[in-house]
Amino acid sequence: MNAESSIAVADGEPPASGTLLQDRHPTLRIRATKGWAAINLRELWNYRDLLWILVERDIKLLYKQTALGIIWVVLQPLIAAVIFAIIFGRVAKLPSDGVPYLFFVFCGLTVWTYFSQALQRAGNSLVRNSQLVSKVYFPRLLIPLSHTLGALVDFAVMLVVLAVFMSIYHVPPTLRLFAIPGFLLLMTFTATGVALWFSALSVKYRDCQNALPYFLQVWMYASPVVYATSMIPARWQTWFALNPAMGFIEGFRWAVIGRSALNASVLGTTIVMSLGILFSGVFFFRRAERGFADII
Amino acid sequence: MSDLAISVENLSKCFRIAHERGGLPGYRTLRDDLVGLPRRLLARFGQNGRATSEIFWALRDISLEVKQGEVVGVIGRNGAGKSTLLKILTRITEPTSGFADIYGRVGALLEVGTGFHPELTGRENIFLNGAILGMTRAEIRKKFDEIVAFAEIEQFLDTPVKRYSSGMYVRLAFAVAAHLDPEILLVDEVLAVGDAEFQKKCLGKMSDVAAKEGRTIIFVSHNIDAICHLCSRCILLRKGEIAMTGPAAEVVAAYLGSRQQEDAIVDLPPINSDASFTSAGLFGPDDEATTSFNANTPVLMKASFTVRQPTAGLQLSFSVFNFKGDHIFYSTISMAKPAISIESPGTHEISALIPSRLLLPGRYFVSLWLHTPNAQMYDAREQALSFQIVGAVDGYHGFPSDELGQIYADVKWHKSETASPIHVTAQSS
Repeated sequence: MNAESSIAVADGEPPASGTLLQDRHPTLRIRATKGWAAINLRELWNYRDLLWILVERDIKLLYKQTALGIIWVVLQPLIAAVIFAIIFGRVAKLPSDGVPYLFFVFCGLTVWTYFSQALQRAGNSLVRNSQLVSKVYFPRLLIPLSHTLGALVDFAVMLVVLAVFMSIYHVPPTLRLFAIPGFLLLMTFTATGVALWFSALSVKYRDCQNALPYFLQVWMYASPVVYATSMIPARWQTWFALNPAMGFIEGFRWAVIGRSALNASVLGTTIVMSLGILFSGVFFFRRAERGFADII
Repeated sequence: MSDLAISVENLSKCFRIAHERGGLPGYRTLRDDLVGLPRRLLARFGQNGRATSEIFWALRDISLEVKQGEVVGVIGRNGAGKSTLLKILTRITEPTSGFADIYGRVGALLEVGTGFHPELTGRENIFLNGAILGMTRAEIRKKFDEIVAFAEIEQFLDTPVKRYSSGMYVRLAFAVAAHLDPEILLVDEVLAVGDAEFQKKCLGKMSDVAAKEGRTIIFVSHNIDAICHLCSRCILLRKGEIAMTGPAAEVVAAYLGSRQQEDAIVDLPPINSDASFTSAGLFGPDDEATTSFNANTPVLMKASFTVRQPTAGLQLSFSVFNFKGDHIFYSTISMAKPAISIESPGTHEISALIPSRLLLPGRYFVSLWLHTPNAQMYDAREQALSFQIVGAVDGYHGFPSDELGQIYADVKWHKSETASPIHVTAQSS
């Protein structure tokens, strides 16, 4: 743990309730942080119960007093898939890796829906929870994190629907499906990293909330959601791979459908990029965090 | 000295207040920063243009020590730095310089019901709020029944709290907080809510926790009575610095005494709001400014304020508090007959006459508010004015005032001419 971290925890565990403090080591020292702060993993672990309760809260709240409840999770991407299938599949006749276009695009949307949901919920989560930020202490990282994790529940529901699609279109499950957790991890890392950037920035600049939907729209068309990676000219693929969304969407599609332009260099770039986004997000967030309560 | 709970050394906190044209201070847009960038760069080189921001020290070189098991009160006027001190000790905000050492697990109660969500049920909110305050799920489960019993909401556990009465809501929120198990408890002005009965219960719970379990408590309050009752030691903050520390009774006396030389007319620095006070004052029967009134003369209070936007339903209200912080009475301009409207933009001066033969001898404080009914607060000036009532109403005999209730009641005494005894008439016949 970094000695400069905002709260330097003294050696050893915090004393249990009622322990007489014989030594002069404080449980914690509160002082101004200078420079970059490392992430305090032990503290995050101590607050794990709060993380789960926040995840639970958001899932409960999202669909409380809605008649269709969890169906909304599926309805939105399903409608989008149908629209895309008409425009890009029927009218524009985009190639779709040898499977019906509707299935092809739903596959991409399964991943993209998670990504955009996670960002939309986490992006302005700090501002929405400003009351918490200014009135009580806990690692602020938990707020956006609870949303990027909560959106995984929606993703799980989408996977069930995807399985139904697979049986309708006679796409047999293969061992490749076991690669899904790996791509899922890359997807979650990227979403969390971007969400941390956005949520920390929007504490200071409320513009971010307005910019987010456009940002997501541009990003979606820059990623192979409605089109296949094979359509991107080979010489451009290296550049496109800098977008980690290309890697995990294409990887996910490969695991489900089997045909893809995925290669080792794209995969490697994706791993590096998603970890880079995650870590830069964490560090930026930790740096901005100390001013949150004063400016929110 | 191995029994320290909190040790604070040279703790300071400064805020940079931005003076921006239009807009609320504190909210920045990306555009503002981008547009302002060249200017800021120039300012860095040219050493000018610094007038756009101003540094405000909320706390300055605070050093203090609190021992385990001590109950320490923190008092001071608004803006003295009480809440900032608590926010630093609870790690909500960081100090600018200096440090604080904490020995033990800290629990904080800066607001009742932090994180309560109206759509969730009482049961769900107990877990949510408990976890936010730092309890683990297991701890909450262990205390669950106790919390529910303390809040007296057994039959509404599975009702969303949006359907709770405000009393139930506050009871539940406090019950969760009261069952926190920290070694050091930091409490801000939270007892200002809830009914008197429940406040008493909470105070009782807090003094129990302090006395029986040896918890350390730091308690910020305007309620001087509660401070005297709970705290052994007290810290007086003034403009971000420690003005005095010592036994609670002495510090409280000094705090109240320090306000004796206050001016009859005070300038109230305008705030950035659609309606803002500018000044207020107290006047005697010959329209002379004074802070000392005879019990037989009325107190004339005048308040000036600016209304920037037409504000429907805008009201001027005030409350009078006695020296212990008890609320004596509240009055609002909507009671005026004929009605007075202060909704139009411009500068208004309003006077209110507090009747004679109402207040007992003693010191009083006046808080002023500009607000719309039960909705928005435009400007609040707590304890903006203070005055004293001296001398007694004719025929009123000298008891210490606090032994004799809160107000002087203008009771009409009458002696019957025929000295027949008073009977209880039988109701059945």
